[in-house]
Amino acid sequence: MRDTFIRALTELAPQHPELLLLTGDLGFGVLNGFSARFPRQFLNVGVAEQNMSGLAAGLALEGHTVFTYSIGNFPTLRCLEQIRSDICYHHANVKIVCVGGGMSYGPVGMSHHATEDLAILRSLPGMLVFSPGDLWEAAECGRYLVSHRGPAYLRLDKSAAPATVQPWEAFRPDGIRTLRDGSDVTLAATGGILGEALLAADALAEEGFFCRVLSVHTVKPLDADTLIAAASETGGIVAIEEHAVDGGLGGAIAEALMEAGAFPPFFLRIGLRNTFSSVVGSQQYLRNVYSLDAAAIARTVSTRLRVSAPALA
Amino acid sequence: MRAAISSCTYNLARRIRTHALRMTSQGGGAHIGAIFSCADILAVLYGGVLNVDPQVPAAPDRDRFVLSKGHAGGGLYATLAESGFFPVAKLQTHYQDGSDLSGHVSHKVPGVDLSTGALGHGLSVAAGMAYAATLKSASHRVFCLLSDGECDEGSTWEAALFAAHHRLSNLVAIVDYNRIQGIAPVSDVLELEPFADKWTAFGWTVREVDGHHHEALRTALSAVPFAPGKPSCLIAHTIKGKGVSFMENTVLWHYRIPRGAEFDAALAELEAQP
Repeated sequence: MRDTFIRALTELAPQHPELLLLTGDLGFGVLNGFSARFPRQFLNVGVAEQNMSGLAAGLALEGHTVFTYSIGNFPTLRCLEQIRSDICYHHANVKIVCVGGGMSYGPVGMSHHATEDLAILRSLPGMLVFSPGDLWEAAECGRYLVSHRGPAYLRLDKSAAPATVQPWEAFRPDGIRTLRDGSDVTLAATGGILGEALLAADALAEEGFFCRVLSVHTVKPLDADTLIAAASETGGIVAIEEHAVDGGLGGAIAEALMEAGAFPPFFLRIGLRNTFSSVVGSQQYLRNVYSLDAAAIARTVSTRLRVSAPALA
Repeated sequence: MRAAISSCTYNLARRIRTHALRMTSQGGGAHIGAIFSCADILAVLYGGVLNVDPQVPAAPDRDRFVLSKGHAGGGLYATLAESGFFPVAKLQTHYQDGSDLSGHVSHKVPGVDLSTGALGHGLSVAAGMAYAATLKSASHRVFCLLSDGECDEGSTWEAALFAAHHRLSNLVAIVDYNRIQGIAPVSDVLELEPFADKWTAFGWTVREVDGHHHEALRTALSAVPFAPGKPSCLIAHTIKGKGVSFMENTVLWHYRIPRGAEFDAALAELEAQP
């Protein structure tokens, strides 16, 4: 996802001389191509994320489109006040790129896991929040951000769902993609864990439960219409995210539905529950440990569906 | 565009202090001591050093000014009003319901380049502005006024490293070194000395000046960059609460609101000045 995004940025950089890519001294082997081709549009600011974010605001106020790039929580939580007061309050044209969404950096440890970022970043006024689920979405989000003006957050996952794009499909930056249709339940996923949601939908289909699968690549603004439709047209809504259940995708969906008076027959949030991802292991292993893999998602959803429709049990 | 260098900057400084005294008194705002300590710096900057035009506050070729010590916002508002950026009468709305003259400085006010208030933010943004100017080979400068207290912030020194590494000779940091921070003297909280050496070690060219001596301030600020290829740091030795005898060099007047007999006495002292 990271490489896909950088490729998109590299394609667009020549047409956008105002575009600058700032890194907090990360991206070895990833950013080299960009920095070699566009040395005047690239800046390694050192291991100093607060300064990177303040600089980005200053550069943006002078007319640049600035991308800040780092891993996990470094470009976000480490410098949250700079993002809030320098970038968002001034509506500065800064795009914050986190590589390593969720538990992408599995065995490296919890310091590198971004599991509260969606909740925190989406609470900032003016901030858009993107969390693509596959490579096409990652590239489209990247392209959109080059032309969009104003603050935005892009959360890139190491994992990605298999390509789901249809040849005729156009990316809607404020939309939710419906990847499969079904009426028993809606699985709404954000980020690379979309791949687990699709596999869970396969497993549930074998049990006779047909899922609508939504890819919520844009958490803010949230496409409420698609969710409201899902609330009335399917048997329940399940939010799936590699993130704390507090305030992330599940929270955002619940807010949108409650405010619209659209109450699905049931609502579940699948994510980390009041815990740090402190076990050592690969992203896939950790998904298994924290019941976020396809099998666990299918199990959780199936159990809930059997409560709703005991006749099927 | 640049205003003629005025010999009346002492008068301007006195008016800034008088406005700020009234504003903080009427609004119930704090930080009068921190405003008074930098009133002379502001007067000299806006009295001829900065290339700014109140008729075109966002002119692309203007000098940028970042008040990183945003708690002195009342002082900057008074300076901008006196310089013609907005009517002086507007100052009465400071701290009042519905006003855009917040206690900490706001970019919604004409002439203000950056909202600040959280310390340690301004120098990074100023460095970004200065870097942008170098990218387009623009000749304007970026001035950033810091408090000594915010030199406790690590982010200030992150920005200092960056500015020197990138040879931002168009960036000028002015430190209002009044030696009293939020609730105690700097020397009791986190010693900054040897202060000039720190900036020098970070790759800046440093000059020190009496921050209440206008000719000395003007001479120094007109000589930037102090050395080619380096950012400039002017350490302005100041007195917190400068201009009102009972406010000078006291921690108390970082927060205390001038009211009643204290307000009257302070106003009388300011009005007695030339």
